[in-house]
Amino acid sequence: MTRYLLRRIGTAVAVLWAAYTVSFVVLWLLPGDPITTMASGGLDGEPLTPAAIEALKARYGFDKPLIAQYGTRLWDALHGDLGTSIQTGQDVRGAILDALPPTLQIAVGGLLVAVVLGTGLALAATYTRFRWLRQVLMALPSLAVSLPVFWVGLMLVQIFAFGLHLLPSVGANGFKALVLPSLTLGLPMGALVAQVLAKSLDTALDEPYVTTARAKGVGRAAIHLRHALQNAAIPALTVLGYVAGNLLAGTVVVETVFTRPGLGRLTVQAVGVQDIPLVQGIVIFASFVFVLVNLVVDLIYPVLDPRIAKGVPATA
Amino acid sequence: MTELLIRAESAEPVSSSVVLAEPPGRGERLRRLLRFLGRRPGLVVSAVVVLLVLVAAFFPAVLAPGDPNLGVVADKLRAPSGAQWFGTDYLGRDVYSRVVHGASLSLQATLIAVAVALVVGGLIGLLAGFVGRWVDESLMRVVDVLLSIPAILLSLALITALGYGTVKVAIAVGIASVANFARVMRAETLRIRQSTYVEAARSVGTRWYVTLWRHVLPNAAGPVLVLAVLEFGLAILAISSLSFLGYGAPPPAPEWGSLIAEGRNYLATSWWLCAMPGLTIAATVLSVNRISRALDGEWRRAA
Amino acid sequence: MSERASEPSDLRPPLLEIEDLDVAYRIAGGRIDAVQGASLTVAEGEVVAIVGESGSGKSTLAQAVIGLLPANGTVTGGSVRLGGASGVTELSGLGEKAFRAVRGRRIGLVPQDPTVSLNPVHKIGKQVGEVLRVHGLADRRTAAIRAVELLGKAGLPDPEIRAGQFPHELSGGMRQRVLIAIATAANPRLIIADEPTSALDATVQRRILDHLDTLREQGTAMLLITHDLGVAADRADRVVVMSGGRIVEQGPVRRILDDPADAYTRRLVAAAPGLSAPARPRVAPVPSGSPIVQVSDLVKEFPLPGRRTLRAVDGVSFEIGRGETLALVGESGSGKSTTARLVLRLADPTSGEVRFDGTDITRAKGGAWRDLRRRAQLIYQNPYASLDPRFSVEDVVTEPLRAFGIGGRAEQRARAAELVERVALPAALLERKPVELSGGQRQRIAIARALALSPDLVVCDEPVSALDVSVQAQVLELLEELQAEQGLTYLFISHDLAVVRRIAHRVGVMREGRLVELRPTEELFTDPAQDYTRELLAAIAGSRRTSVGRTA
Repeated sequence: MTRYLLRRIGTAVAVLWAAYTVSFVVLWLLPGDPITTMASGGLDGEPLTPAAIEALKARYGFDKPLIAQYGTRLWDALHGDLGTSIQTGQDVRGAILDALPPTLQIAVGGLLVAVVLGTGLALAATYTRFRWLRQVLMALPSLAVSLPVFWVGLMLVQIFAFGLHLLPSVGANGFKALVLPSLTLGLPMGALVAQVLAKSLDTALDEPYVTTARAKGVGRAAIHLRHALQNAAIPALTVLGYVAGNLLAGTVVVETVFTRPGLGRLTVQAVGVQDIPLVQGIVIFASFVFVLVNLVVDLIYPVLDPRIAKGVPATA
Repeated sequence: MTELLIRAESAEPVSSSVVLAEPPGRGERLRRLLRFLGRRPGLVVSAVVVLLVLVAAFFPAVLAPGDPNLGVVADKLRAPSGAQWFGTDYLGRDVYSRVVHGASLSLQATLIAVAVALVVGGLIGLLAGFVGRWVDESLMRVVDVLLSIPAILLSLALITALGYGTVKVAIAVGIASVANFARVMRAETLRIRQSTYVEAARSVGTRWYVTLWRHVLPNAAGPVLVLAVLEFGLAILAISSLSFLGYGAPPPAPEWGSLIAEGRNYLATSWWLCAMPGLTIAATVLSVNRISRALDGEWRRAA
Repeated sequence: MSERASEPSDLRPPLLEIEDLDVAYRIAGGRIDAVQGASLTVAEGEVVAIVGESGSGKSTLAQAVIGLLPANGTVTGGSVRLGGASGVTELSGLGEKAFRAVRGRRIGLVPQDPTVSLNPVHKIGKQVGEVLRVHGLADRRTAAIRAVELLGKAGLPDPEIRAGQFPHELSGGMRQRVLIAIATAANPRLIIADEPTSALDATVQRRILDHLDTLREQGTAMLLITHDLGVAADRADRVVVMSGGRIVEQGPVRRILDDPADAYTRRLVAAAPGLSAPARPRVAPVPSGSPIVQVSDLVKEFPLPGRRTLRAVDGVSFEIGRGETLALVGESGSGKSTTARLVLRLADPTSGEVRFDGTDITRAKGGAWRDLRRRAQLIYQNPYASLDPRFSVEDVVTEPLRAFGIGGRAEQRARAAELVERVALPAALLERKPVELSGGQRQRIAIARALALSPDLVVCDEPVSALDVSVQAQVLELLEELQAEQGLTYLFISHDLAVVRRIAHRVGVMREGRLVELRPTEELFTDPAQDYTRELLAAIAGSRRTSVGRTA
C-alpha cells in the first residue's frame, strides 16, 4: 500500500514537471519571439513602445541562453513564483488566487450536478425493466454531450432569465446566480459520468459473480447496489477524476457566457492580450489541480477494489 | 451462431461436414443493408444531416444562393418565416445563408483538427505499441502529460503562441486531441501485436513489417476510425467554442461559433440569432456521434 | 459403489421433475429453440449427469431449472416441479420474488468458472454469509461465524483466515470450494453443478469432484452438467445425454456406457478419451538417422516483481526422433508450453542447448532463424485466436508461402486448394472468414497453414482442448493420418492424458519446470514409475469407471 502511494505521488510530481516543460515549450519557444508576440498586444491590448520592449527583454532574461531561462523559471515556479503579468504587472500567482473563489463556487456546483445527475441516470437506466424507458434515459447523455456548452448556457439564460424571469442572467451575486452556471458546467460532465457508469454497470451485471449472487436468492436492488455498483464504480471514478480536473477549463466558456468574474474570464483576457506568463501560470495551475484530483482518485481505487493495491490486474 | 455451426459439424462425420450456408451474394448484402437501415430511422436522418452539412461546406451556393454578408437593414431582426427560414440578424442578413456559408470555415477547421490529431496521434500510438520497451514508455509519458492539461487550456496556450485565425485554431484543437488517438492506437496496436494470430504469422516466417502492414494496421483501423468520427463531433464543439470566444476568423466571415457570439447581444429579443446556429451545430454533432456508434460494431452485431 | 448401482432411482421419492420443457432464445431476426421437450427426474439423494457438447442445451436446461436464464431466454412450455419438505412447487412461471426464496435455499448452484464467479471486491466470509442472511437464517454476527464453519466443511484449510481474504488471494481450486460452501450453506436438497471443474487442473478437478461426492452421503441430490462423459461415468447414478436441444437418451450410467441405444450416444462414448484404452497402442517408429530435435539441460527463467525469478523450465533434456510423436503433459504452470516455444526458438532460453536436425539453434537469429521457420511449425490451442479475423481461409493458408515468396499467385492458390483438401475440408471454404467456420474447421485450417511449407516438425500446443470431444477425435485422427502420409514429427503439448494416450509414441510428464518421467506411452500408462504420474493418471475422468469395470 505504501509502495502504491509513493509510486502515485512520484508519478504526480513527474507529470507536473513535464506539464511545466510542455507549457514552456509551447509558450516560450513556439512563438519564435515571445516578446514581439506579447508586445503586439494581441486581440484587445495596445502595442508597446520600443523602449518598453527592451525593458521587457531584460526583465524576462531573453539575453540569456534558452536552457538557463528554463532553469531559472522552473526554479522560480518551484518556489511558487510564476512571474508577473505583462499586461497588468501583477504577480501571476496573486492574480490566479484572486480569481479563484468565484470559480470554485461554480466548479463545486458543477461537480455536484455532474455526480448526482450522472449516477442517478445510470442507476435508473440500468435498473428499469422497461426497454423503452432505458432507451429514453440513455439517449439523454448522448444528447447532452452533443450540445455546445456555451449555447446551452445561452439557451438556459433565454428560458430561465428572459423567458420565466426566475434567475439572473449574469453576475456572481448570491446563490441564485450560481444555479445556471453550475447547471451549464455540470450537464455535459454528468452526461459523461452517466454514459460510463451505465456501461460499466451493464458489464458488471453480466459477470458470472452476479449469477452466483442471484443463485443465492439475493434480490435485484441488492445485486444492483451491493454487488454491481462497487465493481462498476472504478471506470466511473476515473471519468469523474478527469471531469473534475477539467472543471477549470469548462469555466472558460461558462464564465464568458454568464459574464462572471473568475479564473475562466482571466484566461480569456490573458489569451486576448497574449499575456504569456499569465497564460502559462493558469495552464500550470490547471494541471496542478488535475494531478491533485487524480491523486485523490488513485487513493480511492484500492478502497473500492482490493486487487489494485496488490498490483493484480483488475480485469477478472 | 458458432454454436449452431459446431453442432452441425459434430453431428456429422468429417467428410460430410461440408458447406453450411452459401456466403452472402451482392443482392443479399444490399437487402441486408436496407433492412438494417429500415430498423434505424435515426441513423438514416443522421446520414442525411451529415450529407447536407458536407454539401453546405463545399458547395454552399447549392443550398443558399444568396450572399451571406449582404443585408437589407430595413429587414433586420425578422423572426424565422417562410422567406427567411432562420430569420435575419441585426444588419438584416439572412441567418440561414450565414449558417450555410459558415459551414465551410467550421468544417474546414474540423477536418484539419481531426487530420492533425489522427496523423500525429496515430503515428505516436503505432510507434509506441509496435516498438514497445523504452520508446513506448517515453512516448506514453508525453501523452500522459498532454492529457493532464485540459484540452481547451492546451488549445488556448497554443493560440496564445500561434495567434488567431481558423487554421491556427484548428491546429490547436487537433494537437489537444493527439493524446486520445495516441492512446487508442497504442492500445489497439499492442492488442493485435500480442495476439496469437500475429505470433502465428511471425512463426511461419512473415517479416515484421509485413505483419505491421497486413495484420496490425487493418485490424487497428476500425476502432481508430470510430474514434476519428467521434473526435470529429468533439472538434466541431471545441472549434465553435473557440470561435465563440473570438479566436477564429475575423468578422464579417461567418463561423458557427462566432454567429452565436454575435447573436448573444440580442438574446432577450431575438432568440433565433443564437438558437438557429446552435441547433445546427447540435444536429451535426448528434448525427456524427450516431454514425460513429453505428460504425462501432452495430453492423457486425446485427449480423 | 455397489450400493449405488443396486438401488434403483425410482424407489426414492422424486425431488425434481422436469416434464416436456421447452426453452427458446430470442435473437436478432428470429429465435433459437435451445431446449425442446426435455423430461427428466432427479430423485432425493440421486446424482444425475447431463452430458452433451457445446450447444446441446445442457446449460440452458440447468439455467431454466434455477430460473437464471439470460434476459433473452424464456421457458416456452412444459413444467419443472421441485419437491421437498414444504410440498411440491411448480417452478416454471414462478414469479421473481417467489423464485428468490427457492434459489440458494432449496436449490444451490455451483457455477462453471470459479475464477470469475466470486465478487472480486467482497471478502470471502461475507459472500458465504450472504446466503444465510438473504434467507433469514442468520444475522450479521452469526452469519460470519457460520461462514467460517461452512468454509471449513467445504475443505478449505484455515477457514478463519480465508474468510477475511478477497477472492484474488485464493487459488482456483480454493475458490471452487468457497462456491461449494455458498451452494450448500442453506442446506438445499438439490445442487446444480454446471461444469464445476472444467476450468481446473486435473488433480484439483478430482479433489473437487471427490468433495462433491461427499455431499451425496448427506442426502443431497445433484444435477451435474458436464461435457465430459468420463466425469459423468465416475460420479453419476444416471446419465442424460443431450444433443441439439433434445434429450436423446437417459438411463443408469452402466447401461448408457455398456449398451448405448442411440447413435449419438454411441459416438460420444466411442470418442470419450478417458473411458477406454485405445484399441491399438501406438508403437514408436524405428529410429532412422539422427533425431530431429535434441534438447539438453534447457532452462528458462522469467523475472518476477521484487527481483525474484520464476524457473518455468528447469534443466529439461529430451530427443525427438524422425516421424515420432513426443507428448509433454503437465498441469498449468508446469512449463510444457514454454518448453515448446523454446524448441521453436520463439523465446530465448536462459541456458541449455536446442539442436534442430543437428544444427545448434539455441541462439539462432536472422537467416538461421528464418530457415527454422520453414522447417518447424506451431499449431495453437485456440484456433480462433490464431487466425486473423480479417483474412480469408486462402489468405491464412498461403501466408507462409507469401512470407518465403514461394510461387506466383496462381501457384499459391492451387497449393491452398490442395492443402485445404488434405485436411478434409471442401475447397469452397477458401473464400470464407474464420468467423464463418466452426471450431473444428478452424483448427483444420490452422493445420493446413502449418503444413504449407512441408515442415519436418510440427509443435501442437493443446491443439484439441478447445474442441468438443467428437470433433477432438476427428482432429486427432487427421493428425495421425498426416503423420503416416508425410512422415511428420510431432511435439504434442497437452494437459489431457487421455488425449495423449491416443496419439503419442512417447510421453514426458512435466511438473514445476522439470521433466519427471519420459517413457513410451503404454509403459507409462500401465506402469508409472513416479508418484506424481500415478496421481495424474488417477485423476483422468472415467478412470474410476474403467477400473471398476476391470475388477467386476
